[in-house]
Amino acid sequence: MHWTNTKRLLAGLAVATTLSTVALALPVEAASLRMAWSQDATGLDPHKQTAFSSLRLLELIYEPLVRLDEKLNVVPAIAASWDFAADGKTLTFKLDPKAKFTNGAQVTSADVKASFTRILDEATAAAARSNFLSIDTIDTPDPETVVFHLKTSDAPILVAMATVNAAIVPASEITAGSIGTKAIGSGPFKLDSWDPNSKEVLSANADWAGGKPGLDGITISVLPDETAILASLRAGQTDFALLNDPLVATLVPAEANMQLNRVPGLAYNVLQLNPSRKPMDDLKVRQAISCAVDRQQVIDTALAGEGQVTGPLTMPSFAEDPSTLFCYKPDLDKAKQLMKESSSPDGFTASVIAATGEPPYAANEAQVLQSQLAQIGVKLDIKMMELKVYVDTWLKGDFDMAVALNGGRPDPYPMYNRYFTKDGNLLKVSNFVDDTLDSLMKQGQAETDPAKRVDIFHKFEQHLVEQSPWIWLSTGYGYTAQLKTVHGFVGSPTGTLFGLAKVTID
Amino acid sequence: MSYVAQRLLTFPLILLGVSILVFVAIRMIPGDAITAMLGTEAGLLTPAQRASLAAYFGIDQPVTTQYFRWAAGLLHGDLGISATYGKPVLQIILDRFPLTLELALLSMLIALLTGIPLGVLAATRNERPSDLMVRILAMLGQSTPSFVLGLLIIYLLSVWFGIVPTMGTFTPLNVDPLANLGQMIFPAITLGFAFAASVTRISRSAMLDVLSDDYIRTARSKGASQRSVVWGHALPNALIPVVTLSGVEFGYLLGGAVIVEQVFALPGLGRLVLDAISQRDYALVQGTVLFIAMNFLIVNLIVDLLYVVLDPRIRLGGK
Repeated sequence: MHWTNTKRLLAGLAVATTLSTVALALPVEAASLRMAWSQDATGLDPHKQTAFSSLRLLELIYEPLVRLDEKLNVVPAIAASWDFAADGKTLTFKLDPKAKFTNGAQVTSADVKASFTRILDEATAAAARSNFLSIDTIDTPDPETVVFHLKTSDAPILVAMATVNAAIVPASEITAGSIGTKAIGSGPFKLDSWDPNSKEVLSANADWAGGKPGLDGITISVLPDETAILASLRAGQTDFALLNDPLVATLVPAEANMQLNRVPGLAYNVLQLNPSRKPMDDLKVRQAISCAVDRQQVIDTALAGEGQVTGPLTMPSFAEDPSTLFCYKPDLDKAKQLMKESSSPDGFTASVIAATGEPPYAANEAQVLQSQLAQIGVKLDIKMMELKVYVDTWLKGDFDMAVALNGGRPDPYPMYNRYFTKDGNLLKVSNFVDDTLDSLMKQGQAETDPAKRVDIFHKFEQHLVEQSPWIWLSTGYGYTAQLKTVHGFVGSPTGTLFGLAKVTID
Repeated sequence: MSYVAQRLLTFPLILLGVSILVFVAIRMIPGDAITAMLGTEAGLLTPAQRASLAAYFGIDQPVTTQYFRWAAGLLHGDLGISATYGKPVLQIILDRFPLTLELALLSMLIALLTGIPLGVLAATRNERPSDLMVRILAMLGQSTPSFVLGLLIIYLLSVWFGIVPTMGTFTPLNVDPLANLGQMIFPAITLGFAFAASVTRISRSAMLDVLSDDYIRTARSKGASQRSVVWGHALPNALIPVVTLSGVEFGYLLGGAVIVEQVFALPGLGRLVLDAISQRDYALVQGTVLFIAMNFLIVNLIVDLLYVVLDPRIRLGGK
């Protein structure tokens, strides 16, 4: 009797399960997009958040004055037009009269001024503050006009404004102190609810100045395991997903009902050497390492081929053919010769830090580099660290070498100013001061002629690669996977999901 | 003083120890809420910006001041406010707890309903092929990591049947029982499989011991049927080690099954504490660990009381 009852119970459970999961797998709302990602946003204050997922969420809710399109051109957002004075010291914006916050209020020049005042206030701890230090005063001659007066000529400031970290928030919410708790923006979607590390529910903002979004809303689920995200797509339970792991992404094209969107990103994989430590203070040692590294092999082995060899400049409008850069063709003989002439002719042992799972291939990368550098007598001791421990160690510059995935910017100035100028705030991380780099960086900031800026930054790149404080390896791709019922998504090198504003679903 | 009252009086002391331990441990990990939020961009902060954020996260005070402030709150039932969620820690824990409790109960049910009968079967057919099969199955259960089994289940369901359990959010049992079961059954099987294996092994060996006892021989000689000997006489006495094992395991499960919750994207206590550690949300880590410790104490107390029910010869309190 007992056995029969147990069997009955188990059989009953199995049937109930199958029925319920079948019921659950059916699409619920056709016009609402079911999205999944493995890491959730960490907060709602657009001026403070820097985590990848936070930016991706906030870009759907908030708008900056200008944004970058998929080719990284500056295009209107809240500002309908702008004008940079010839001396590069006055920047005037005309706001879009249709721009409205989701609380119904018009976006005015007062909101712009209040937002930038908030960003510049040290007490806010705004992430992008350092990009706006050239701002002297902000005038608001009328509700639709904002004039930024700059202390020095600052060409990259326009691109620096094209980020959600410089979003325009309602002045009234700043006064109320509710930025970060209530998300009131002027973007294509409104945030209805957020359950951290579980899900976000967004609904379309019908009053969006950019036109009515193609979706009624977006529900974002946090599925920490990307294999589970793939399974969820396969079962039709998720329409659209953000993927980080190239190995998972490469499985998507094999699925008949799915499509992979792959966009080359601006972020770069790099082996950071610490030139303040021996023997990395020796140029010959650094160059020997650069010549011994086979960048394509790192991509093929550690990243399953998912990447492109890159120099320091990853943005298409500035990038050079990497094969023309110093020792980008692996040259083991030259590397050995350089080591022989260096302060460590017999090789040395150094530790290399890497973050567990961030990027997902960090450990593989460290291992390939370990085997490549062993050929010139450099013995690498790999130290894997939990991400936050790694970040802490990295910020202190407490490493011999570091395998890193560093974020890119659409302009070289904000991307490398922090590391390679004498007053860069991440000098402690790069530990590399060089007069030529410092001077080229300053020229690049002041120059307003685009062609001349490209020339300046090419010189910067060539000198940087020759000095080899870091060994730039590759850029990866930003991946999104979607069901074929989803149409119209356009990705961007910045990784933004703003393209979801124009997406429709069958 | 009764045994229960004595045990209850030790609770605050143990919890005090746990609270100090977790308070210190979480602060010993490198990185803080600021680097957790900003990542490498934290390096761009000016000292004034950093001070402002430290004040926001409540980490600007000396550690002892932070502890006493938090402990004072505890006495009023206030576990603090989570920096990530911007909500009271207790509320977040109570939101997540039903899932964890249900998962623990369901996997326990699966483990006991399969483990005990299999253990009894193996013991009564000692060294016969069916015993060997059960033992192999148990070995497999114990040696298969839950993430392997979980991913395998998800993979097979999605490839063969084109379905997956609902992931990411939790449908409570009282809202939609069928949807709830559909969501919970596979994680529960994943968790229950390994636990069932332990239960099988323990109940098999306990049954083998008991079946060779004199009173069983007496029962048989008095003409008791095999069924009544096994289920009526032997099993209740063989259950004590199973209860001990289940108590400990249940205590662990109430702390959240981190890996299974991660694989099936279930918002339970395990993931809550994992995410809180990774985001250096000190108040949330402290509150959750304390809550888990409290559960563990209560479960252990219940297990001790169950011994008395199962074996009236056991007297608690050492008298």
